Amino acid sequence: MLLRHTPTGLSERKALTINPAKTCQPIGAMYAALGLRNCMPHSHGSQGCCAYHRSSLTRHYNDPIMSTTSSFSEGSSVFGGQANILESFTNIFSLYNPDIIAVNTTCLSEVIGDDLVQIIKKAAEDKKIPEGKTVIHANTPSFKGSHVTGYANMAAAMVKYFAKNTGKCNGKITLIPSFIEPSDMSEMKHIASEMGIKYIMYPDTSGVVNGPMDGHFRMYPKGGCPKESVVASGDSKAAIAIGRFGAMSATRLLDTQCKVPVHAVDLPIGITATDIFVDMLRKIAGVSVPESIRLERGQLVDVLCDMCQYTYGKKVSLLGDPDILLPMVQFCKDAGMEVLHVLTGTPPGKVKLEERIRELYGDKVIVKAGLLCDMFMFQQLVQENKPDLIMGNTYCKYMCRDLDIPLLRIGFPIYDRIGQSYVPMVGYRGGMHLLLKILNIFMDRQDRDAEEENVELIM
Amino acid sequence: MRKIAIYGKGGIGKSTTTQNTVAALAEMGRNVMVVGCDPKADSTRLLLNGLAQKTVLDTLRIEGEDLDLDDVVKTGFKGTRCVESGGPEPGVGCAGRGIITSINLLEQLGAFDPKYKLDYTFYDVLGDVVCGGFAMPIRDGKAEEIYIVCSGEMMAMYAANNICKGIRKFAEAGTVRLGGLICNSRKTDREDELIIALAEKLGTQMIHFVPRDNVVQRAEINKKTVIDFDPAVGQAEEYRKLSRAVESNKLFVVPNPLEISELETLLMKFGIAD
Repeated sequence: MLLRHTPTGLSERKALTINPAKTCQPIGAMYAALGLRNCMPHSHGSQGCCAYHRSSLTRHYNDPIMSTTSSFSEGSSVFGGQANILESFTNIFSLYNPDIIAVNTTCLSEVIGDDLVQIIKKAAEDKKIPEGKTVIHANTPSFKGSHVTGYANMAAAMVKYFAKNTGKCNGKITLIPSFIEPSDMSEMKHIASEMGIKYIMYPDTSGVVNGPMDGHFRMYPKGGCPKESVVASGDSKAAIAIGRFGAMSATRLLDTQCKVPVHAVDLPIGITATDIFVDMLRKIAGVSVPESIRLERGQLVDVLCDMCQYTYGKKVSLLGDPDILLPMVQFCKDAGMEVLHVLTGTPPGKVKLEERIRELYGDKVIVKAGLLCDMFMFQQLVQENKPDLIMGNTYCKYMCRDLDIPLLRIGFPIYDRIGQSYVPMVGYRGGMHLLLKILNIFMDRQDRDAEEENVELIM
Repeated sequence: MRKIAIYGKGGIGKSTTTQNTVAALAEMGRNVMVVGCDPKADSTRLLLNGLAQKTVLDTLRIEGEDLDLDDVVKTGFKGTRCVESGGPEPGVGCAGRGIITSINLLEQLGAFDPKYKLDYTFYDVLGDVVCGGFAMPIRDGKAEEIYIVCSGEMMAMYAANNICKGIRKFAEAGTVRLGGLICNSRKTDREDELIIALAEKLGTQMIHFVPRDNVVQRAEINKKTVIDFDPAVGQAEEYRKLSRAVESNKLFVVPNPLEISELETLLMKFGIAD
């Protein structure tokens, strides 16, 4: 139907991307910025960039996403955007009164070489930044990396502008999550709290982009990590990057800038990755794992054991961002499923994506990562060796419809289903949600496709 | 109308040579327009006897897009029409984008309209073809003839060769051709022979050898071209010769840029006096 004209088998290509499996850096930067309390994300470029990035986030979260723009004109492209952004600062602080403005650059402001460090310094000198307020910035050209890079850059900017080491350790553990849902950030905080750990988490979008409807409009919803906590993260006992690709730029900077001992784990998706996460928290904090967490884990293991016949041997193809893909592939392995294809448009850089997936699945699995890896390529692969399930974002729905393959929506963006920002997929409880969704998909299929004489009442 | 762009290494004397050539053409009764494509906006200073007050981009910035052509076109020596693109301060913004914006705007405003009965338009472009913006005057058939100002110095020749790479790229897809090298003498050893040899290698010609003369400097201090300052002096005649050579030029080529090693060999052969 929609994309049925896609030829089967990989077409040789030297250039060209068809339906990219990634999006712009500023989307990630804007999302990260929303994880600070009372923070206004600001896009330094033309209006269209800001409009697109805002609407992408608004569609995904079904909540109004606030952000401002330098509104470049033809003149600003030639003379530089300093005049516009200085005026923006004045307007934003007087009209919208945020504590922090988090500036992300765009392709245009990057190409003309606007120097945000100098501009922010100038704004401070000219008293355009009121007392007690802060302007931070991240360089986010979209012609490099992806939305996850943008997220990583903004998370690192938070460390750069705020984190201070006073020489007195506060005993807290700093948790820096990669680009993941607010529900997932809440779930990680839940695990840390249950374990009795004092933590600082940023970016933390829980309560910001999934806040309640209570009849009041709030320009800055109640969530987000307060500035003081980001400052204090420089005195923390340890920091953990949760999802290497999106979080390690920030922890690396915490190490060099504040001498905080840093660690890195995968996002705790599924049993194995959550075990590693919990174990790391346990060791660093010197606590034992409480009964409540053991219960959550036990329930997940129980369901998986009871129902493994429905997942065992099922073939899966995955598309998404490296930090989600790695533990998700591990979870598939835990559940006895066979992974056929893994594809991401985000260049994985130093994260050993392919190597680690091969450790789990050997040479059979096809791993594609980088700029030329797109939805078109994914469909070509999937057509050649059809899986029982595709896991990926909303854009996979066309090929799934064409090929009659069920789609489990994970990652970003999800424009056509609701729930991901309220119901987690990390931790043992998140693993339960994920497993139930997977089981329901396979069981529904079995009920639909079974011969009449084979329809089972009890499953 | 003949559309000519002048390129060359920074400081080689493009603006001076262009304005003197234009002055000579104007003296011959030709109707000429000069479009300065340098953010410093000093490409028409000698024709206007001082800096133009308003550049295209400044006007655009202050007044927006509905500006009037008369706001930015000034009449200079013997009726020459002078425009400065202008651009950002050093170190900020994008000068290349400025040239694109400015030339588009001039076209939109009808600066090249037949009603002006222009015989020539000269684009005086800053330095090297460092990015797409600086190639704007040779894109889409805007300028069709290029002259490169150079001297017998290595870096000037290197820049000339680089510019040829840019011309070649656009020549293959469009109408732009190289018209020749203008040697603006720096009094290096066997300079004329060297530039003739370079021109030959590139597949073009040295269209004129402009000798070094201090009268150029004196005229500049007086904000005048040599032709305007002292029409009887020998150097004025040199610029007249150059303008006649340009007017009668028939040799327009797609240049063949040299490898660096070739360029160095050439320099070894001619550049060292024995």
